[in-house]
Amino acid sequence: MRTLLIALLTAALAATAQADTIAVTNAHIQTMGSAGEIDNGTVVIKNGRIAAVGRNVAVPNDARVVDAKGSLVTPGVFVTGTNIGVVEIDLVSQTNDSATKSPDISAAFDVQYGVDPNSTVIPVARQAGVTHALVTPGYDGDGSRDLLFAGQAAVLSLADSINPVMRAKAAMMIELGEGGAARAGGARGASILALKADLEDVRWFMRNRGNYNTGAARDLRLSRLDLQALIPVVQGKMPLLVKVHRASDIRAVLKLAREERLRLILTGAEEGWMVAGDLARANVPVLLAPQANLPDRFETLGASMENAARLNQAGVTIAFSNGDGHRVREVRYDAGNAVAHGLPYKAALAALTINPARIFNVANTTGSIERGKSADLVIWTGDPLEPSTQAQTVIIGGIEQPLDTRAQDLARRYKDLNGAMPPAYKQ
Amino acid sequence: MPKLRSMLALLLAGAVLSACATAEIADKTDKPDPKNPFPSTYAPLPGQPTAIVNATILTGTGEQIANGTVLFRDGKIESVGANLSPPSGYTVVDAKGKWVTPGIIDVHSHLGVYPSPGVDSLSDGNEATDPNTAEVWAEHSVWPQDEGFNAARRGGITTLQILPGSANLFGGRSVILKNVPARTVQGMKFPGAPYGLKMACGENPKRVYGQKGRSPATRMANVAGYRAAWIKAADYARKAKAAEKGDGAPPDRDLKLETLAGVLNGEILVQNHCYRADEMAVMIDIAKEFGYKITAFHHASEAYKVADLLAKNGICSATWAGWWGFKVEALDGIEENAVLINKAGACVVIHSDDPNLTQRLNQETAAALAAGRRIGIDVPESEAIKWITANAAKMIGVADKTGTLETGKQADVVIWNADPFSVYATTEKVYIDGGLAYDRADPRYHPKSDFMLGHPKGGE
Repeated sequence: MRTLLIALLTAALAATAQADTIAVTNAHIQTMGSAGEIDNGTVVIKNGRIAAVGRNVAVPNDARVVDAKGSLVTPGVFVTGTNIGVVEIDLVSQTNDSATKSPDISAAFDVQYGVDPNSTVIPVARQAGVTHALVTPGYDGDGSRDLLFAGQAAVLSLADSINPVMRAKAAMMIELGEGGAARAGGARGASILALKADLEDVRWFMRNRGNYNTGAARDLRLSRLDLQALIPVVQGKMPLLVKVHRASDIRAVLKLAREERLRLILTGAEEGWMVAGDLARANVPVLLAPQANLPDRFETLGASMENAARLNQAGVTIAFSNGDGHRVREVRYDAGNAVAHGLPYKAALAALTINPARIFNVANTTGSIERGKSADLVIWTGDPLEPSTQAQTVIIGGIEQPLDTRAQDLARRYKDLNGAMPPAYKQ
Repeated sequence: MPKLRSMLALLLAGAVLSACATAEIADKTDKPDPKNPFPSTYAPLPGQPTAIVNATILTGTGEQIANGTVLFRDGKIESVGANLSPPSGYTVVDAKGKWVTPGIIDVHSHLGVYPSPGVDSLSDGNEATDPNTAEVWAEHSVWPQDEGFNAARRGGITTLQILPGSANLFGGRSVILKNVPARTVQGMKFPGAPYGLKMACGENPKRVYGQKGRSPATRMANVAGYRAAWIKAADYARKAKAAEKGDGAPPDRDLKLETLAGVLNGEILVQNHCYRADEMAVMIDIAKEFGYKITAFHHASEAYKVADLLAKNGICSATWAGWWGFKVEALDGIEENAVLINKAGACVVIHSDDPNLTQRLNQETAAALAAGRRIGIDVPESEAIKWITANAAKMIGVADKTGTLETGKQADVVIWNADPFSVYATTEKVYIDGGLAYDRADPRYHPKSDFMLGHPKGGE
């Protein structure tokens, strides 16, 4: 009986939250849409969506008014290249679902099934204004597997909800360059050939399902699951997300994508600036970590803090990647550092919001503050790229999000060390 | 014939050496010092009397000075203050709208021992072959051509502690370096800086040796390992001391015990990798049992839970703001750690342990400050700058030489184009011992390692 009551109450509360009409007033809005920047504007949120945005927008009578008091309002931050929700503790393998050692599952590996909505990592990101994340599969670190593909990435919404997966199968992940070479027997010449052979196998598989099912298949390198998973890639429906670093490797990938008619997204691309024109002409977006400036591998000798600025200048669409889950809150500082090294401020904001939404095909619902889109926005205490700034209010799908974290609980518990009872009694 | 050729080669080498020798190369006629077999040959870069004027100065002593002047000559700071006019003959640097801080110190770096590029041939940071390798010295692994030193300098780093890794209970000696480009590690060694001893608690030693089927495989064996080593070291130190006083023969020389005895004699500082609060308390008791001092806990993710204990024992914590959760012992790492340690009156330092983060210790400190404000603890910037300057200098035993902008200190000075706690701040000029080591606007002061010659120019 009590359970039923709680269930009913919860449902009722959820429904109320969903139906809340909110008006964010006195806002300095970076819409990241066609309306551009709006000083002293209002955003009206109804049924989880943006109903109106502009300078002269009427506040509905039933709206809960959130006075931004002149603060900056932006779309929620969208970070790419993370393992958020699939890794709780990196070194505890039982809590790490970012990679598989399976000999039969590579391209078919799908991160969506490992996402834990109760991960303590998600609230830490949300507290910092991160509302969306691309989770990309990795490779198991021990190098025991020589399959080329890492698997399929997913876009998460970081709202406090039971199902964070917003768009599964958002891209097919593969690493080339040194990593790809190592998995293909130790040389680049082998990895590109192996990849082409795999794609050819997929095409054969599509044409010869009957033969395959009766066991009359030619020699295929990949399992049925992997072949199946790669069909949308060879059809150009699912982008191939390639982790690649050296300029010559980037050129090789561009050529391969042209020949195989693949949709391409690059990540890493530390030497991308050296082939920026080729990337722009091929209309290939790049996910990058702007501070990756060290020659820490022989394939990143040209790494530069100005990579983001130079790619943007050349017309390449960029977004920020942060190869982690626990530290995705730092992605806005990554953007700030890119600005300090020549990236225009607006371009940095775009790389944090609308660009990744476009790259991963969810810009119809998020990534900018525009009428009809999901109300995913953040009110900041200052410039969002500065460490000194906090996300004051985070709204996802029209619902104001809780900003508590486990870390905050710990900080509160240990803020004063001289209680009569042990800290464990502090809630 | 072969003999002749090698003699010729020797002669030639000698000629080249005498022609090109700088102060960086030790005079071969120097008598070796048994206490200091790898002496520093560091010589400051050329400098001239300099006056930085109109700057906002964070002195590292807790002061913030508006429209301030810093005067330095002959490698030393002469005076710092408002309303100082530059004496004649000084190079005047107008820092209007800019900020000046002491040189930034990274107390936890593996530059040179885990250099870029990170290939096996250059990976020399962890002698993971025995849980006690107190006999190894990080300086013997430092590759001066690590381009990371140049990147760190662009981020304002003027002094570093290079540590061995944390695989072992006793990892070996650290070395303190001045961040100048040099041909040899001796050419970077901070004159007069004490050595540190790297120790490690917790997961790393037990994982590394447990996986090899060796002890320690548990935390209790970690502790047994520390204590067994200190028992031997105490005996060695006692015999050595007695022999100095003419009482008995000195013990057979043992590099491992020599380093541990150096800790017991107070000459070598304990730099203890330790994440968990309860383990710190155990380490403090071990130090008391054997009569040595722990100078600092590194990483110290849970220092905030025992900040009172750390304050009472005068132990510094070197930590991050943003790193947590990569392993179980780092699960409770919180951004508020630094402000909570500071609030308890204990010494706190922000460190990197990373060749990227070392370029931005100012930003990491800014994130820690912001986290403090979120829970109602507002630490002023004039105080927080100590976490990467004065406190860091204290933690590595060079507080009498650098870490603050005070008369008589080494002129390790950074000019920033903005408030250093802003993400947009970049360094404009970096002086080390009064010598201009980096100038953003002048390519003549953009040193490049030998390794990077002939490779694409990133152009920063």
